[in-house]
Amino acid sequence: MNLPPLKLAGLEPLVVTPASNFINIGERTNVTGSRAFLRMIRDGQFEEALSVALEQVQGGAQIIDVNMDEGMIDGKEAMIKFLNLMASEPDISRVPVMIDSSKWEIIEAGLKCIQGKGIVNSISLKEGKDTFIQQAKKIKRYGAAVIVMAFDEAGQADSYERRIEICERSYKILVDEVHFPAQDIIFDPNIFPVATGMEEHNNNAVDFFRATKWIRENLPGAHVSGGVSNVSFSFRGNDKVREAMHSVFLYHGIQHGMDMGIVNPSMLEIYDNIEQNLLEHVEDVILNRRPDATERLLELAETVKGDGKKKELDLTWRNTSVQERLSHALVKGIVEFIEEDTEACRLLYKRPIEVIEGPLMDGMNIVGDLFGSGKMFLPQVVKSARVMKKAVAVLLPYIELEKAGSSASAGKVLMATVKGDVHDIGKNIVGVVLGCNNYEVIDLGVMVPAEKIIEAAIREKVDVIGLSGLITPSLDEMVYVAKEMERANLSIPLMIGGATTSRVHTAVKIEQNYSKGATVHVLDASRSVTVVESLLGQRKEVFVHDLKADYQKLRDHYEKHRNAKVLLSLDEARANALVLDWNATTIETPNFLGVKTLLDYPLENLVDYIDWTPFFQTWELHGKYPAILTDEVVGAAARNLFEDAQAMLKRIVDEKWLEARAVFGIFPADREGDDVNIYDFADFREKIGVQHTLRQQTAKTAGVPNLALADFIAPKESGCKDYIGGFVVTTGIGLDERVKAFESDHDDYNSILLKALGDRLAEAFAEHLHEKVRTSYWGYSPDESLDNQSLIKEKYRGIRPAPGYPACPDHTEKITLFELLDATRLTGVSLTESLAMLPTASVSGWYFAHPQAAYFGLGKITDEQVQDVAKRKGKSVEEMRKWLGSVIH
Amino acid sequence: MKNNIREILKERILVLDGAMGTMIQRHNLTEEDFRKGWFEGHHKPLKGNNDLLSLTRPDIIEDIHRQYFEAGADIAETNTFSGTTVAQADYDLQHAVFDINFHSAQIARRVADEFTMLNPDKPRFVAGSIGPTNRTASISPDVNDPGFRGISFDELVTAYYQQVDALIQGGVDILLVETVFDTLNAKAALFAIDSYFEDKNVEFPIMVSGTITDQSGRTLTGQTTEAFLISVSHMPLLSIGLNCALGASMMRPYLQVLSQQAPFCVSAHPNAGLPNEFGKYDETPELMGKQIKEFLDENIINIIGGCCGTTPDHIRVIADLAQQYAPRSLPFSV
Repeated sequence: MNLPPLKLAGLEPLVVTPASNFINIGERTNVTGSRAFLRMIRDGQFEEALSVALEQVQGGAQIIDVNMDEGMIDGKEAMIKFLNLMASEPDISRVPVMIDSSKWEIIEAGLKCIQGKGIVNSISLKEGKDTFIQQAKKIKRYGAAVIVMAFDEAGQADSYERRIEICERSYKILVDEVHFPAQDIIFDPNIFPVATGMEEHNNNAVDFFRATKWIRENLPGAHVSGGVSNVSFSFRGNDKVREAMHSVFLYHGIQHGMDMGIVNPSMLEIYDNIEQNLLEHVEDVILNRRPDATERLLELAETVKGDGKKKELDLTWRNTSVQERLSHALVKGIVEFIEEDTEACRLLYKRPIEVIEGPLMDGMNIVGDLFGSGKMFLPQVVKSARVMKKAVAVLLPYIELEKAGSSASAGKVLMATVKGDVHDIGKNIVGVVLGCNNYEVIDLGVMVPAEKIIEAAIREKVDVIGLSGLITPSLDEMVYVAKEMERANLSIPLMIGGATTSRVHTAVKIEQNYSKGATVHVLDASRSVTVVESLLGQRKEVFVHDLKADYQKLRDHYEKHRNAKVLLSLDEARANALVLDWNATTIETPNFLGVKTLLDYPLENLVDYIDWTPFFQTWELHGKYPAILTDEVVGAAARNLFEDAQAMLKRIVDEKWLEARAVFGIFPADREGDDVNIYDFADFREKIGVQHTLRQQTAKTAGVPNLALADFIAPKESGCKDYIGGFVVTTGIGLDERVKAFESDHDDYNSILLKALGDRLAEAFAEHLHEKVRTSYWGYSPDESLDNQSLIKEKYRGIRPAPGYPACPDHTEKITLFELLDATRLTGVSLTESLAMLPTASVSGWYFAHPQAAYFGLGKITDEQVQDVAKRKGKSVEEMRKWLGSVIH
Repeated sequence: MKNNIREILKERILVLDGAMGTMIQRHNLTEEDFRKGWFEGHHKPLKGNNDLLSLTRPDIIEDIHRQYFEAGADIAETNTFSGTTVAQADYDLQHAVFDINFHSAQIARRVADEFTMLNPDKPRFVAGSIGPTNRTASISPDVNDPGFRGISFDELVTAYYQQVDALIQGGVDILLVETVFDTLNAKAALFAIDSYFEDKNVEFPIMVSGTITDQSGRTLTGQTTEAFLISVSHMPLLSIGLNCALGASMMRPYLQVLSQQAPFCVSAHPNAGLPNEFGKYDETPELMGKQIKEFLDENIINIIGGCCGTTPDHIRVIADLAQQYAPRSLPFSV
């Protein structure tokens, strides 16, 4: 039977495969096993208790076992509270949780708290089959794996035979009756102490090993786990011997198929490091190799008392300067040393507030940047904010001392989701982050009307108002709130936030409506502290002044664009076409007329023409080549990628992985309205095609024409002989087979790399061919000599616009171009139904040679022009609306 | 169900419809539209509570379903994204939940049947949309008390159970637990669904669709894509997928994870890009189609559609594309 592996999850996955060898389950967050932990829970020291869990994860635990079974505490409540707290610590909750209790009520309460897939520890047949089935069904419904104890109505299994009997029966019920996934079943065949002095205990470990082996061989999919520290129970107080016993037990357990275990990773010696003499004595006991094994180990134990292994955490960051330590603690969310570090830092500065404004804010800014760039995620940011809060708490008494009695809060912030909107997660997060930073947050909730916001702001004398919203109509409501605040004569700073809000919208639509106060857009929660700090701090005036200037600039810029967005009628646009002085224009007669095909074009000629910047963009590395290679953030990643790309490029060229093909043509042409008539190369008599161009309709400032590509071609009536060119290039021949080979090898990296390089080579070919056309085939710039950078910047005469791109968004023009060049037959490049080119590493376009020909964006056009072009093309208006949908106003 | 969706999914890629909110916005509705005939005297403003339109302006909702089916969608989502007592509590409209779900399902059912009748070779399906609610079961809304929760698992289960009941009575073919930003909420929905199936001795295909919020590749509550998949895999899902928050191209790496790992069909309904400065999604159908074509080229998709900002024009492009490709082959029969 081929079963999938056991898959568990916290914030991150944990997949148990044969290759994962052995899964460590942290055991210290267990009130029955750790007196210190019990004390913390009983005394409500949950923060300290959390640090126990964190220590376990940092020490290598892959799952955290949580047990709250103690008569002195309310186990259910403690379980819920602790699991909820753990969920807010991403460094802990990244691993799956094991909910450990002998009480079903506690287990079920725990299952309701974990978003990942955890493990229940444990159920058994102790109370009979019915209860067992009922509980197993529930666990399945909650989506957890389960540990089954070797325990039934008659009691706990203590021999090999009883172990396998109970496990087999449990397995059959679970798999056949409950339909529990077999791979989600973990047996705990009971680890009992050895070397207790009682003879019947001597074979305990061996029985466990044998049962483990049997389970793994006979119950497909099932796993075996156990509480390892039980085995050394009789050597409590002698950590050195216990650690050796744990290691020996695990070593042999794993050999027999035990693949998980509850262990204290800091109470484990490395098997190979156990000194020979001790190892031999311990193995005698564990494997029950001689009758006097227990006495011999007891004797030896007297001489090998020690502290055991010291726990090791990476604390090298503690050796840096105190400012760096603060920043490290903030970024990593470590609260452990924050108080002493803050205190140390306070002594270095003249005033306590400078610690906040200096190193602490620096740290929070790093957090904000990491968050903004997707390198930290929200729970971590919230954690950082809590470290910040602790640091501020240390400084606060000193700050108050300075201020002698003024308010302890750094300021009051009113938060509300505006009327009509019920989304409040973002707002709550901002509230959390601000709260952590010692701001008093007054949260009015969701769907809050403007009157209520203003009334509460005045009554509570708040220092800042924060508005939030997620849906688009909330943007208008925010404008309304701003206007109402103006009417109410307020001057309280206004913060705008939420997924659909933006700096531009805030500047253009909101800010100018609220003249007496400052209005500022807050990009995300992590920036809220910096913003509020700036709004209320000493540098407030500078901040607000700069802000207003900045927003004014945004408004001006927007206004310019908006004005440009008024559309002209088609006639008006045509009346403002570009008129070139054809009498003063010399039109070079092309050296070559007609259609030419280039097959198997040497790839090495193209390499120097590659524009690398878009290549990096494909990989979501943003920056210009070559500067990106030395970029502080992405430089290393970019360099690695670039090296791989160069290596592959060399193979592509050397081993001829791809074939480059091109077809291009140069034809006589004249302009008729917005169309370009294209003629057979012999003379202007036989029309072989028409290019239909579209005209810009946005209103222009005086003197700026409404362009259409046709404007760059001499009209019939001018009497000039003009020409137009067209081309299709591809470097995609052979690409698919290579890509498939990589894919079947599960090598996605190289398959993507190859596709990206194919695209770049096609673009390079287009650039290279254009150069050849300019300098020789057409030959209007025979003396041109440009390096690749200048080519990329298009510092040459003439353009090669592609159908589907901004100057001619009409994809159907590709059909004309392909027919004109007979491109599919000559190059193998075909057009799909949606007019995409296949292979994808292909580029096509028109050539215009006029010195004033330049790229432009068509922008929006009216339906009037769509109807007009449909008529010119002999297509239905419906069809053209479909193709031009994205540019229709 | 008249036609087995599981069989059809082996043969072709199915197309989910596009955004509901974006289409509703085109009508520039007023407060009155949200009240008409049902909530005239309600004491709270209702504008923006789109689910109510299934009751007050069923003509609009019906027309939107029709437009999407015309564009080529195989599956319509009911207008019930916020149809739980939890989400409606903000409007004091808990009592309207049954009607919202029942009538929303009926509207979609009617239009779907109409289209199926016209072309029985392309049967249309109705998926009951089950949103995340506006509360998170695994994050505290109160900083000073990270152990606190604004909603409990049990409360969510009760709310989802009611929604599922009304959707099924209204005639949906599929249940779609979508826009999952807190996996614990989704697990509560699945718990409710599983309990309902057992109580009523029925079974319907379940789709689950999570939301990866940004390039960290995590859900809002911090889970990686794979962890999310594992955490909802205890139910025999029809499909697992991603929707919202990201445009198609940004979603791609996470869909690849699902495609590689999931023993279910894989679905995607991305946004039309990211919102621009004015909250509008302006990625054109062509641009989105181009990105979606990449998924199809890579053979990682079984069900494809659109979320925020997508329109019938987007779905038309997507449906045309989907037709040209074979679906992702399934690791084993679902």
